[in-house]
Amino acid sequence: MRFVGLVWANLARKKLRTTLTIGSFAVALFLFGLLVTIRGAFSGGADVAGVDRLTVINKTSLIMPLPYSYRDRLLQASGVAAVTFATWFGGVYQDERNFFPQFAVDRDTWFKVYSEYVVPKEQLANLMRDRQGCLVGRSLAKRFGWKVGDRIPLRGTIWTGTWEFNLDGVYEGNRPDVDTGQMLFRYDYLEEQRRFGKGTVGWYVVKLTNPDDAVRVSEAIDGGFANSPYETLTQTEKAFAASFAKQMGNIGLLVLTIGAVVFFTLLLVTGNTMAIAVRERTAEFAVLKTVGFSNPDILGLVLVEAVLIAGLGGVLGLAFAKLFTLGGDPTRGMLASFYLPWSSVGLGFGLALAVGAAAGALPAVSAMRLEVVDALRRV
Amino acid sequence: MVRVDGTGNGTGLIRVRDLDKKYRRGSEEIHVLQGLNLDVERGEFVAFMGPSGSGKTTLLNLLGGLDLPTSGSITVAGDEITHMSAAKLTAWRARHVGFIFQMYNLIPVLTAFGNVELPLLLTRLSKGERRRHVEATLGVVGLLDRMDHYPRQLSGGQEQRVAIARAIVADATFLLADEPTGDLDRKSADEIMELLGRLVHEHGKTILMVTHDPRAAERAGVVLHLDKGVLVEGSVSAGVGA
Ligand SMILES: Nc1ncnc2c1ncn2[C@@H]1O[C@H](COP(=O)(O)OP(=O)(O)OP(=O)(O)O)[C@@H](O)[C@H]1O
Ligand SMILES: [Mg+2]
Repeated sequence: MRFVGLVWANLARKKLRTTLTIGSFAVALFLFGLLVTIRGAFSGGADVAGVDRLTVINKTSLIMPLPYSYRDRLLQASGVAAVTFATWFGGVYQDERNFFPQFAVDRDTWFKVYSEYVVPKEQLANLMRDRQGCLVGRSLAKRFGWKVGDRIPLRGTIWTGTWEFNLDGVYEGNRPDVDTGQMLFRYDYLEEQRRFGKGTVGWYVVKLTNPDDAVRVSEAIDGGFANSPYETLTQTEKAFAASFAKQMGNIGLLVLTIGAVVFFTLLLVTGNTMAIAVRERTAEFAVLKTVGFSNPDILGLVLVEAVLIAGLGGVLGLAFAKLFTLGGDPTRGMLASFYLPWSSVGLGFGLALAVGAAAGALPAVSAMRLEVVDALRRV
Repeated sequence: MVRVDGTGNGTGLIRVRDLDKKYRRGSEEIHVLQGLNLDVERGEFVAFMGPSGSGKTTLLNLLGGLDLPTSGSITVAGDEITHMSAAKLTAWRARHVGFIFQMYNLIPVLTAFGNVELPLLLTRLSKGERRRHVEATLGVVGLLDRMDHYPRQLSGGQEQRVAIARAIVADATFLLADEPTGDLDRKSADEIMELLGRLVHEHGKTILMVTHDPRAAERAGVVLHLDKGVLVEGSVSAGVGA
């Protein structure tokens, strides 16, 4: 701690170099923050997904519907606590580029199954009274500046024509990673107005009494509908999200590879910088040693300097990444979630410190091993 | 009394016996010090002279525990330093030795204050105590008003005075100076020698100094010449030009 002044003085020695090195860390950690966020978005909220929920889809394809009549049969299956369903609407608000997902959902059961969606009581009550009512997530409302009471027209792409909705409420997530970029409206409105597909739903979501039952219950459901015109594929929501993500390519591996390359490059760049910084100061380390600085003192001085640079850069980069993600999804709703968890911020900071220490290690050892007599003769 | 014949009675501050130092450069062996003896008592001001390459710096490095002899012993204030571990030697150096170099060797990114404070960072002194010590020492070398100046803002003579302050701030047992005036003009050199003389006579310091400059050597109480690997007593003029 007594050497703080010395460490600071050394950092201030070549301000441009120190700034650039801190900058390298900042850029790398900013990138790390974004990569983690994007990976999270593409794992389709797989981490968000409830372990106690099963998704039941048409075995042929996700886009093929299932009969509404399955609902009662699902409710009767053992181990099932609740059943809800949804249908993809695919409407366009003003312009194609304003994409956001809209689902026709069952107003009575949806929010019971998706307990992480939080809606004020009176807003939910309004939805119950209003056939043309809808709810939107907080970030979606913010994106278009919508307020409760607004009328939202959508141009249907599956069921053509203009559909009008009343904004009855805004939902929130009780966790920061809940997707609040969606619009939910009443299934009975869709059912009444659409010209085809009546009596079907897009998919079912089953809430389990006991999460450990997932395998047994899914097998029972798929078995029950086997050899019918509408065979089902039942998966945990996590598996469903993951398989959804797999269609996007193995984003996780890609992100990991990019991240590893970035950190390795960072290690080389900083290692080189620290090596130069130490070599320039050969005579000074020799002087410190003559004065009585011990080997551990010298080792510590160099390591602390490297780790400090890494830490400062890391904090900077991660802070920017966090701010950037707080600004919301830059694709304006294409990603299921755009959230940088604090745990990942911590991980990034730890990685930065580790890279700093690793980069400082070799130069630190060479500074420590320096023979005073030789170093002084070289002056 | 300073003795170079190995007959000192052992009550002195520094006792060197049969000191040998060989360097190996490829197949060639350079025998720099050859059975050197030296006894120095507390409060003495000794000047080493001798031609370039005679081993003066080598001797100072050995006395300061920066290098190890090929054989022989060095005892300082009762501590035999030739058998200490590297870590112990470092701690010993911090407590007992103050170095002064020809090129001052100040840390360029630290102010005069910061440079003088360096040895105190290794002690248990509090921040306030360190400040008082540093200011008192800068007062002794007459640089209190330059405390916040960086080395590049100081003249050569001022830099050397900061270096001297750094050498004495932790109250070293003895000072080792390797051509302290070698890089200075006449006037600054005289000021530095005047200061070193004061440290010996007024503050009771012990100084061992290498110099090529007869005027500087005159300040010292004793002048020793390094000749063929041993020390011989002599006058300032003897050996000059050899
Ligand atoms: N590390 C080393 N390896 C080999 N030879 C060395 C080494 N250090 C010193 N020498 C040799 O030892 C001899 C004495 O060197 P030293 O530096 O002690 O001389 P000096 O009296 O201080 O000279 P100067 O007056 O030029 O400073 C020289 O011949 C030098 O080349
Ligand atoms: Mg020399």
